[in-house]
Amino acid sequence: MTSPAIDADFLLRLDEIIAAHKGREGPLLPILHDIQAEWGHVPEEAQPRLAEALGMTRAEVYGVVSFYHDFRDHPHGRHVLRLCRAEACQSMGADALAEEVRAALGIDWHETTPDGRLTLEPVFCLGLCACAPSAQLGDRLLGRANLAKVRQLVAEAGMEAGA
Amino acid sequence: MRVWVPLDAAARALGADAVAETLGREFTVTRNGTRGMIWLEPLVEVERDGVRYGYGPVGPGDAASVAEAIRTGGEHPLALGPVEELPWMKAQSRLTFARVGMIDPLSVEEYEAHGGLAGLRRAIGIGPEKIVEEVTGSGLRGRGGAGFPTGIKWKTVAGAKAPRKYIVCNADEGDSGSFADRMLMEGDPLVLIEGMAIAGIATGAVQGYVYIRSEYPDAIRLMEAAIGKARQAGILGPSVLGSDHAYDMEVRVGAGAYVCGEETSLLNSLEGKRGVVRAKPPIPALEGFLGRPTVVNNVISLASVPWILTHGGAEYAKLGIGRSKGTIPIQIAGNVKYGGLFEAAFGMSLRQIIEEIGGGTASGRPIKAAQVGGPLGSYIPHWDFDVPFGYEELATKEGLLGHAGITVFDDTADMLKLARFAMEFCAVESCGKCTPCRIGSVRGVETIDRIAQGDETGIPILTDLCNTMKWGSLCALGGFAPFPVMSALTHFPEDFRGCREPRPIIKSREAAE
Repeated sequence: MTSPAIDADFLLRLDEIIAAHKGREGPLLPILHDIQAEWGHVPEEAQPRLAEALGMTRAEVYGVVSFYHDFRDHPHGRHVLRLCRAEACQSMGADALAEEVRAALGIDWHETTPDGRLTLEPVFCLGLCACAPSAQLGDRLLGRANLAKVRQLVAEAGMEAGA
Repeated sequence: MRVWVPLDAAARALGADAVAETLGREFTVTRNGTRGMIWLEPLVEVERDGVRYGYGPVGPGDAASVAEAIRTGGEHPLALGPVEELPWMKAQSRLTFARVGMIDPLSVEEYEAHGGLAGLRRAIGIGPEKIVEEVTGSGLRGRGGAGFPTGIKWKTVAGAKAPRKYIVCNADEGDSGSFADRMLMEGDPLVLIEGMAIAGIATGAVQGYVYIRSEYPDAIRLMEAAIGKARQAGILGPSVLGSDHAYDMEVRVGAGAYVCGEETSLLNSLEGKRGVVRAKPPIPALEGFLGRPTVVNNVISLASVPWILTHGGAEYAKLGIGRSKGTIPIQIAGNVKYGGLFEAAFGMSLRQIIEEIGGGTASGRPIKAAQVGGPLGSYIPHWDFDVPFGYEELATKEGLLGHAGITVFDDTADMLKLARFAMEFCAVESCGKCTPCRIGSVRGVETIDRIAQGDETGIPILTDLCNTMKWGSLCALGGFAPFPVMSALTHFPEDFRGCREPRPIIKSREAAE
């Protein structure tokens, strides 16, 4: 689970991403999103290069990466299960559901199953507040979620990935 | 025969994709937005002789039998009759959401056939000054929460001298209980594009950005696709609908920071910086994105503009009460029987909305309170539900209209726990710039934990702390987090007193992201 070594391919791809956005107004967030889409996280090794290309200090780039919840400094599991923790979902039993799911998966928030298959993350609001509680796994959304539906969602994701 | 299955995220979360797949084997399926009746999703519609008949809620297991009923014209237990005739639909004044659920969201032809682009055409005809007059005359106020008059903001930007100005749409809809922005961007993205183009012409801005939160991948995808369609149709580009006005726009994606819903923090984020709040003045209308004059408006504010330009500001201002003019898309959420989006003129009472329209709780238990206006909104106790839904009216109950989301709680709700959540949320999401918010929220969590352990001396300390945060914070995050806390404490003191039975200690940073 370490960052990709700084090899020629890594730098080549990184420079491509930077070049694709450099002319835009406020290019850093689009660049970081693309980097994370490429490597599953924002490798520390990318940061000095970004700083140089955008005329920022390393501290400024690090400050941005660390500010936002979305940007990770290490990769997550193959799938990410997100459970909504916001008030509308709480009003429909999200706290109890979260406990059941954590017990069933044997992992806590931000943890990944030992096989590296699934990471559990909290999320604050998916905008599915009229069919709470809600969950998300990749492209799949779940309304009126319960343990059985979450289990099924996880199982189906595993099959699609051949895991 | 044309069959409709919503693509809205809420419908998808309830199985609409599988339903669409089954029905697609036999019929031409169009994916539309949702009508807003989330308890009926997935709501399948079939068009016969120009009338749309509904079936719902159609789970994946019902799709085959519904397909047969559509094919044979036979009866089905999930048949609802003509959708437009359903009481929920008939009781609304759908101006901003008129096309949501009606049309294919990415079809410019259907958009135009249902009244789209009329506002933009008129705007081009009457010119910038008259556009601002119409919007000012409509009484439209910011639908994102602050309630600032949209016309005045536009006038400021229009009058500012700068080589480049911007229209920024705040689509960072982070409030729990709110989904109007998402529903509109998924169901009728072209109306937002049209509204932003009108704003561009009114103020002389040639570039726009829609800042959408990353938690809304469907809205991002649909907005981007719609912008592509609008460019092809000449709605966006160097000559908007053949006029002398240039206007183009693009989508920018947030990165999971709630505070970026605050306009100055959003602008910093757009610029590629930490989403830290800026002190005002200077106001964004004069020094906004990259230091240039910028209109920052919420999705619903901008999407209401095409209707106002089409029908006239005076027509819009006829609706509503007091200083709350026009319609408001009310989002009824949480523990409620009939949850969804209901667009109506301001002025209905909270009781009508929750009990009559929403049908009371989903659990069937008595209602305890409703949080109005998102995580920074007050918990309004059930005995105060006669308050009319309007900006100033809710303020009389120490309430906040916010983004017009209402989250209903039944009598099992633990108000101390919800108050703690509000403080913890503020602590996790604080941008860190000002002390009352950054430190106050952490102390707030600790103090509520003390109260939870039976130490009632924490109650006056919490009250004092809330007062400091309310008056000393730089923006609405720290400034409004005290509202849910104090409303819970004021109206439900029994949940805070006599906590002799030690409650399980909640691990910090667990409740919120």
